[in-house]
Amino acid sequence: MSEISYIQRPNRPLHVYAFGYIAFLYIPVLFLPLFSFNDSIYFAFPIEEFTTEWYRQMFEHQAMHAALANSLKVGAVASVLATVLGVFGAKAVTRYRIPGKKSLIFVIMLPLVVPGILLGVALLLMLSRLGITLSLYTVTMGHVLICTPFAMATLIPRFEGFDRAMEEASADLGANAWSTFWRVTLPMVLPGVVASLLLCFTISFDEFIIAFMLTGTDPTLPIFMYSQLRFPARLPPTVALGSIIIFVSFVVLCFSLWLRRYGVEESASDGVRP
Amino acid sequence: MRANDAYISIQAVSKHFGPVRAVDDISIDIRSGEFFSLLGASGCGKTTLLRMIAGFESPTHGEIVIEGVPMSQVPPYRRPTNMVFQNYAIFPHLTVSKNLAYGLRYEKIDKAEMNTRVGEALEMVKLGGFGARRSHELSGGQRQRVALARALIKRPKVLLLDEPLGALDKKLRADMQLELRALQESVGITFIFVTHDQEEAMTLSDRIAVMSHGQVLQIASPKELYNRPVNVEVADFIGQMNFIDASVSRMSGERAELDTAGLGRISAPTGEASFFQEGDAIVVAIRPEKLTLSGDRNGGREGVQGVMRAATYLGDRSHYYVDLPGREEPLVVAGSDSGPMDHDPLERGSPVLVSWADDALVLLPRDEALASASREESSSNGT
Ligand SMILES: Nc1ncnc2c1ncn2[C@@H]1O[C@H](COP(=O)(O)OP(=O)(O)OP(=O)(O)O)[C@@H](O)[C@H]1O
Ligand SMILES: [Mg+2]
Repeated sequence: MSEISYIQRPNRPLHVYAFGYIAFLYIPVLFLPLFSFNDSIYFAFPIEEFTTEWYRQMFEHQAMHAALANSLKVGAVASVLATVLGVFGAKAVTRYRIPGKKSLIFVIMLPLVVPGILLGVALLLMLSRLGITLSLYTVTMGHVLICTPFAMATLIPRFEGFDRAMEEASADLGANAWSTFWRVTLPMVLPGVVASLLLCFTISFDEFIIAFMLTGTDPTLPIFMYSQLRFPARLPPTVALGSIIIFVSFVVLCFSLWLRRYGVEESASDGVRP
Repeated sequence: MRANDAYISIQAVSKHFGPVRAVDDISIDIRSGEFFSLLGASGCGKTTLLRMIAGFESPTHGEIVIEGVPMSQVPPYRRPTNMVFQNYAIFPHLTVSKNLAYGLRYEKIDKAEMNTRVGEALEMVKLGGFGARRSHELSGGQRQRVALARALIKRPKVLLLDEPLGALDKKLRADMQLELRALQESVGITFIFVTHDQEEAMTLSDRIAVMSHGQVLQIASPKELYNRPVNVEVADFIGQMNFIDASVSRMSGERAELDTAGLGRISAPTGEASFFQEGDAIVVAIRPEKLTLSGDRNGGREGVQGVMRAATYLGDRSHYYVDLPGREEPLVVAGSDSGPMDHDPLERGSPVLVSWADDALVLLPRDEALASASREESSSNGT
């Protein structure tokens, strides 16, 4: 018998497919950094001279900085709020006997399937009826609404996946409900919490339609970028920013994968030292 | 037992899950320091009863009283009980030491004492040096010890164990049984132990409650359960048993004349059995090892003529299956010899004489459904 198990055995066609797939996904994206160093405002081959001019312009572009800061703020707040709601929601639907649980989950998951444009219009109408002025707060609220189902969908399997007896054991050993939540439940679902935070942040960060509807005078980054498309001369610095975002996302992704594997145990045991 | 002897008193407790009566009107009194087992087939409500004692489920009816305090308003984290879970439920994100220390945070003791107690608990379950490991770095038996130590470190008045040895292999199981019993005797805590393994319950317990379909059939010491089961179901559940249909033809004082299917007309001591009258149909139960086989030729001995059908050699003893006239399924007789004898009387097809001592006969009320089901089972085993 071979040392390598059936599952781990190398599979040629699958490798070819995987490489093809990855190339298809990422080659277009790689054009962004390529052109961001190209000394021309037109996106066309042949590549002209190498330049860092666009990056310099980008760093000096105050409005772009403001938009980036807006997006970071909205993304951070929306992902934290959606994840907190997701944790409590997922705990409730997996742990308690709630009448009408199925329809409740359905309602929570609804924003996943309702087209963003409809949701945006509906929110806009409601806010104007209530006389609330549009601002980053309204954008954040809209993002919490669309992120919460993703947070729930990420967290419910985590809650279902761990043995209820763990929480009972904690109660048995003298911990009340609150203590049990902090010392057992949260550490056990922590990978799900991290995944949910990252997912919600990403969704909020590049969300366009709802932000477009609900934004006031401060644009988020996608809105800002879209507004730049009309001026060819302003496009290259935007592409430079896009390249940086791709790079940062890549680093964040690697970090989150690392966190999944190692961070969980470490941070969990730090948090609950008796 | 007088009511005030009871340390834990389960009073007419029921638990319904919708239409399912998981526990149906159970009353049990358990003494302090007792090793008490709940024994029964899968789904009979053992876990549910244990979980009500621990406080994870609340009874639909009835009350559980521990040391004179009704428990219905007491949450699990304030009860004087600790539990060893079936899958151990060791916190995977904590080391063994931190698992053990988990519950000590809620007692008003300082760090130094906490560490001493963790150290002692590790020693007690022979896991010194394992403190820094995590659950996934332990074997099944070691996990079981961690779960035990984590519960015992709280110095509970009652330790609840839900099939704690179920996941272990046979050899380890036997070792752990001995250790568990020794531990219980040394700490002197009341143990309530759930199992579906009758041998395990017999080995460990001071007393056993045999359960079926949410009800208690009998509460007795292992010896009494074995020798004096109160009905066919208990008799069938504990060890092996021959059941013989009989009808009471005459009663005289302490004895009854019975017409049996297979043993003919026999006389049996009635003992305390008072559930029948002349003319009633009952069941006579006899343990295989209380029957004796001998060659047909030894004349003068009392007994019943039969024909040897088959023999199985079980290592430390043998089982012989004997056909009796008027009885379809064979009678099982256990012999303590080292193997089937290769000479005449016990050969297949040869006539034999089955005899028994007076006190081997257990008279039980007839429970039609159960009796016939168990007889089908034993006859299919017998061939
Ligand atoms: N939460 C629940 N909801 C509905 N029914 C339940 C619940 N818990 C237990 N039951 C039912 O109650 C009955 C008794 O279950 P219980 O777990 O107490 O059995 P058990 O004797 O421990 O069995 P086993 O030996 O298999 O562990 C079963 O019929 C089970 O299906
Ligand atoms: Mg059970």
